[in-house]
Amino acid sequence: MYELEIERPTTVADAVSALGGEAQLLGGGQTLIPTLKQRLADPEKLVSLSGIADMQGISASGDTVEIGGGTIHADVAADGTYAALSELASHIGDPAVRNRGTIGGSIANNDPAACYPAAALGSGATIVTNKREIAADDFFQGLFETALAEGEIVTAVKFPMPQQAKYIKFVQPASRFALVGVFVAKFADGVRVAVTGASNDGVYRWSEAEAALSADFSASALEGLTVSSDDMVTDLHGSAEYRAHLVKVMTARAVNAA
Amino acid sequence: MTKVTMTVNGKAVSGTVEGRTLLTSFLREDLHLTGTHVGCDTSQCGACVVHVNGKAVKSCTMFAIEADGAEVSTIEGQANEDGSLNAIQAAFQEHHGLQCGFCTPGMVMTAASLLKENPKPTVDEVRNHLEGNLCRCTGYHNIIKAIMAASGQDVSAIAAE
Ligand SMILES: Cc1cc2nc3c(=O)[nH]c(=O)nc-3n(C[C@H](O)[C@H](O)[C@H](O)COP(=O)(O)OP(=O)(O)OC[C@H]3O[C@@H](n4cnc5c(N)ncnc54)[C@H](O)[C@@H]3O)c2cc1C
Ligand code: FES
Ligand code: FES
Repeated sequence: MYELEIERPTTVADAVSALGGEAQLLGGGQTLIPTLKQRLADPEKLVSLSGIADMQGISASGDTVEIGGGTIHADVAADGTYAALSELASHIGDPAVRNRGTIGGSIANNDPAACYPAAALGSGATIVTNKREIAADDFFQGLFETALAEGEIVTAVKFPMPQQAKYIKFVQPASRFALVGVFVAKFADGVRVAVTGASNDGVYRWSEAEAALSADFSASALEGLTVSSDDMVTDLHGSAEYRAHLVKVMTARAVNAA
Repeated sequence: MTKVTMTVNGKAVSGTVEGRTLLTSFLREDLHLTGTHVGCDTSQCGACVVHVNGKAVKSCTMFAIEADGAEVSTIEGQANEDGSLNAIQAAFQEHHGLQCGFCTPGMVMTAASLLKENPKPTVDEVRNHLEGNLCRCTGYHNIIKAIMAASGQDVSAIAAE
């Protein structure tokens, strides 16, 4: 790892003023530290978010649950207010990763095989930053790409709670990330389906399945649909065709279990 | 360089670290607590698991500065006060939960965090909780058996050896 300094502010305002130059945010470090060890990044300074009390914790009001950007996966897993989201968090990595990794870090990183982006997009969440609120539909913009500006901090994520929801992932057994993961959420005004792990463009909504499931929320509604493998990932863990196949299978399982 | 102060296994310690110093390096190289092992250094194997403020973390994937002010416990702090092995350690010995022993500190620390949250886990819960702890020797069965035994449950029906 290259040399760097670390600042540990206790407020979002102090974090913002600590940024600038070649500084980068540090969440739980569960993605960033391995990246730094490989010398794939060379920030002069890391601004740690772990000491900012305002970015921790979970609160619910009405049909919305708001999770601070610095909240660790283990706390979301233990919470249970939004059951499908807590269950998703309880299967991220392993217990030690869940005790450090944060929702803000996962959302900001937008790894194409990560779990939280599927929940945010599938639930139609709102990403709250130190500057503005961004709809999940506008936030995720391709592999590791988001709407965040340089140094913009994800301070919270607001999830509207659906009537029924479920996330099913087909685990890539070595990394424990999703080979393909599907988040299905049924709201009064329709169904949302978000797919992670499959596409070369990262997390996306499967609109044909959304239309079919909004008309009939059952796995049989998916039977006539086909998933094209054109833009799907091929790697040593699975071919594009295999991933396209899994998208439909995981969606059906999520609907059955929702 | 930055000064850090923390409590490690009940004792106040301090040291001067670089920003990039990992908690594992601080424990092993500055405090000479070499019981915490580095198996992979890529966040995969769990040999480096320690507790920070009561939570199991991979010390190779946390900066020492982030543990400033924290309570840290490592394998060196696990024995009973009279120096005898604690229940988990004794069960690993009794049930052959180790061969080369490289993964063992991380296994014991992870098991300790599981039993604190869930004193009577099922075999499946133990297996799930060990998801981030890799062992190249034992094939895991005896590790699971040791943890079940440490929780005070009957292990006569758990096949292994
Ligand atoms: C062994 C292992 C298994 C894993 N398995 C899974 C899995 O199954 N599913 C899954 O989804 N993930 C998995 N992960 C990734 C894990 O969830 C990470 O915690 C997460 O991707 C990054 O969160 P972090 O808080 O650790 O962020 P960091 O690693 O600290 O940061 C990641 C990036 O986000 C930026 N950042 C951090 N916080 C913020 C913020 N609040 N606002 C803006 N930018 C920010 C950083 O600058 C950096 O660029 C795994 C990781 C490991 C090591
Ligand atoms: S050495 Fe830390 S996880 Fe392997
Ligand atoms: S006993 Fe050798 S790695 Fe586990």
